[in-house]
Amino acid sequence: MAEAAAVVAHQFDDAEQQRDSVSLGMWLFLIQEIMFFGGLFLGYTVYRYKYSEAFRIGSNELELAWGGINTVVLIFSSLTMALAVHAAQLGKRKAIVAWLLATILLGSVFLGIKGIEYTHKFEHHLVPGPGFHYEGSHARQVQLFFSFYFVMTGMHALHMVIGVGLLAVLVWMAQAGKFDSAYYSPVEMTGLYWHFVDIVWIFLFPLLYLLGRDR
Amino acid sequence: MTQRAIPLPTDESGHHVVPVRLYLMIFGALMVLTAVTVWAATVNLGPLNVVVALLIAGLKATLVILYFMHVRYSKPQVWIFVGAGFLWLAIMITLTISDYLSRGW
Amino acid sequence: MASETTIEQALPRKHYLNASYGVKSWLLTTDHKRIALLYLMTVTVFFLLGGAFAVMVRLELLTPAGDLMDSETYNKMFTMHGVMMVFFFLIPAIPAVLGNFLIPIMVGARDLAFPRINLLSWYVFVLGGTFAFGAMLAGGVDTGWTFYTPYSTTYANTYVIATAFGAFFAGFSSILTGLNFIVTIHKMRAPGLTWFRLPLFVWAHYATSVIQVLGTPVIAIAIVLLAVERVFRIGIFDPALGGDPVLFQHLFWFYSHPAVYIMILPSMGVISELICCFSRKKVFGYHFIAFSSVGIALLGFLVWGHHMFVSGQSVFAGMIFSVLSMLVAIPSAVKVFNWTATMYRGSISYQAPMLYAMGFLGLFTIGGLTGLFLATLAVDVHLHDTYFIIAHFHYIMVGGTIMGYLGGIHYWWPKISGRLYPDMWARFSALVIFVGFNLTFFPQFVLGYMGMPRRYHAYPEEFQVLNVMSSAGASILGVGYLIPLVYLLWSLRYGQPAGPNPWGAKGLEWLTPSPPPTFNFDETPEVTEEAYEYQKDYEKQRGKEAPVG
Repeated sequence: MAEAAAVVAHQFDDAEQQRDSVSLGMWLFLIQEIMFFGGLFLGYTVYRYKYSEAFRIGSNELELAWGGINTVVLIFSSLTMALAVHAAQLGKRKAIVAWLLATILLGSVFLGIKGIEYTHKFEHHLVPGPGFHYEGSHARQVQLFFSFYFVMTGMHALHMVIGVGLLAVLVWMAQAGKFDSAYYSPVEMTGLYWHFVDIVWIFLFPLLYLLGRDR
Repeated sequence: MTQRAIPLPTDESGHHVVPVRLYLMIFGALMVLTAVTVWAATVNLGPLNVVVALLIAGLKATLVILYFMHVRYSKPQVWIFVGAGFLWLAIMITLTISDYLSRGW
Repeated sequence: MASETTIEQALPRKHYLNASYGVKSWLLTTDHKRIALLYLMTVTVFFLLGGAFAVMVRLELLTPAGDLMDSETYNKMFTMHGVMMVFFFLIPAIPAVLGNFLIPIMVGARDLAFPRINLLSWYVFVLGGTFAFGAMLAGGVDTGWTFYTPYSTTYANTYVIATAFGAFFAGFSSILTGLNFIVTIHKMRAPGLTWFRLPLFVWAHYATSVIQVLGTPVIAIAIVLLAVERVFRIGIFDPALGGDPVLFQHLFWFYSHPAVYIMILPSMGVISELICCFSRKKVFGYHFIAFSSVGIALLGFLVWGHHMFVSGQSVFAGMIFSVLSMLVAIPSAVKVFNWTATMYRGSISYQAPMLYAMGFLGLFTIGGLTGLFLATLAVDVHLHDTYFIIAHFHYIMVGGTIMGYLGGIHYWWPKISGRLYPDMWARFSALVIFVGFNLTFFPQFVLGYMGMPRRYHAYPEEFQVLNVMSSAGASILGVGYLIPLVYLLWSLRYGQPAGPNPWGAKGLEWLTPSPPPTFNFDETPEVTEEAYEYQKDYEKQRGKEAPVG
């Protein structure tokens, strides 16, 4: 087994125990993230049930093209992330860096597009608060829809920003040769986090953008 | 290290390496499913629209979890933990919604 | 049994307390034992703060008129009492102090799985406490610890967001602690230490940690939504804009009910250890107690609606939650029966830890049984928001959790500090606490039944006698809490060195010196016997004569 970067922390008996523990720890963190976002999904579900017409209107006000592109971009970034982990498993330093950078790029594109969407919403007075103004029916509940839109996508975007930050640190570490095929836990664990953020969007996209477009 | 009947490629810490082709196939499937869910949303299925949207999203999430997150190649312990997370979410949503659904009864 | 305290003991030369000196060595420590002590100091401060608010409440309630303070100030007093006690004392105390100290040692490890995350959890906790305490200094909050909307989001003009974020950070701290415990218990057990050889203290903390990881994020998001609503006024919970205040309650109680099991399960874990040691007997029904701990954790997630029977929740949902709430009492009862059966025909000694344990048995039982009255939907309609509820949860949280906490502190103090404390004073305080507690809270059951509502600073004249009794009890209780502060601190300097096992107890922690070395064990121990093998010792001593019973 390559000794290289497989430093085992003092509390662990061996590299295997360390890797298993770190992995379980990350999964537990993701499980609590499921419940964190889950609370938002619960609120959304309740209000979608209560105000189906207003939420239908709200969904149709969202820009499906941008949302769709973002979905493709984010899933693509999951692919590049998986390929970064793959490269790490094979100890290919340059490939790790390249795939991580690709993931950062795609993540940034996603955030940029969200910025565009948010700007449009602001221009159309659809940001909840004193500036909100909607001409059609159910205006109050349409505002409720947009509250959830902004909190849910905003919380998701915050998690992506954190993810991009983590990826940047990984790029630095990979460039410095800290990973090889015996030790690449940080890459793998960040990958789990990134895929989780992707999964949240996989549910956000249809629930926010798609329901209600069948009329 | 666990012994397997069919030798699978592993890295130097003995962990399974997923072939790139498989990743690309999963990516392709996710793209197809995205297109399907957008199309299905434009078809009026009444209350089934929600069900279809959630089923497709669930399928996409499952693919990401099993392959991109390597759960398919992980110990059963990981499966239990992941399952528990989603089960708890389901409990929270189901019991809360039962309140709203039954308010009028 | 020959007491090892009769042999003159010496402190070990090098241990975790003197391994390094200086403020930095404490504030940047990754040693789980030092982090436990950091938590001990912090939670004690918060406990005293919470107690100070309780003093204000009980002073006001000495007289029927609202004459000591106006109603808004009174609202702040009970709110801050609740916030401090729930989020900053009861939830962290046993896991972050005793759990942090003991779990690595009990599983035979050098430290927890993630020592730096452990330290981070303390800093996050202190951050949360700073927010909450800062809010209190700035003027306080008056929404009740439950932060119900729309009052908290729309009408309160007190420091709601700061306090709520204090709770948010305290919660995040508890998620990190729970995560650490789960991984440690799964992955770092010593050779031979199978799941069913673990001390029940560890099982209890495992169950607690599961709750912390699954439940806490939900109150986190509830707090985020509350803050967003309060800042942007967008109607998430405001009926005028289509929002539903009950949605907040669902999100809040989805965590806060399991939170009460976070508060009681670790205490139950302590009790298992105490009862076995001071009855010199193997626990009755180990598997039942272990599975009951997990059962309580799981079932505890299914009952939150019993806090909302009269809030506007549907009656149908109320019935479901009522039935489920009855079910969750079963595993708790199983444990009480098993502890009692453990004591039966045991060789019982009445040192301070055992007095706390026995107090727990009685007081927790009363608290638990009164919970059944409240779970009964129709009865709760009468009792909701009365002093009956207050008495019920104080019997569990104070009569249960705090008795377990103090019992555990007294039991493991020799291990943690290397010193013995004067047992006479310890027994005396335990009795003072027991008497003071019952005098404080039993009258409140009667008050609640008679209809005195909670969260009111004035009340009808006919309730005064019982209120005076309750306030008198509170002052006795307060004295009981202060005495241990004195003799425990005294023991740090003047207490007799304890030696590795002053109680003659079973468990890996009693094999290490007192205080333990930084990495707990010179060599990883190997476990060859079941937990609580007290009988085997007895048999060995008596030359293989089987003990009676």
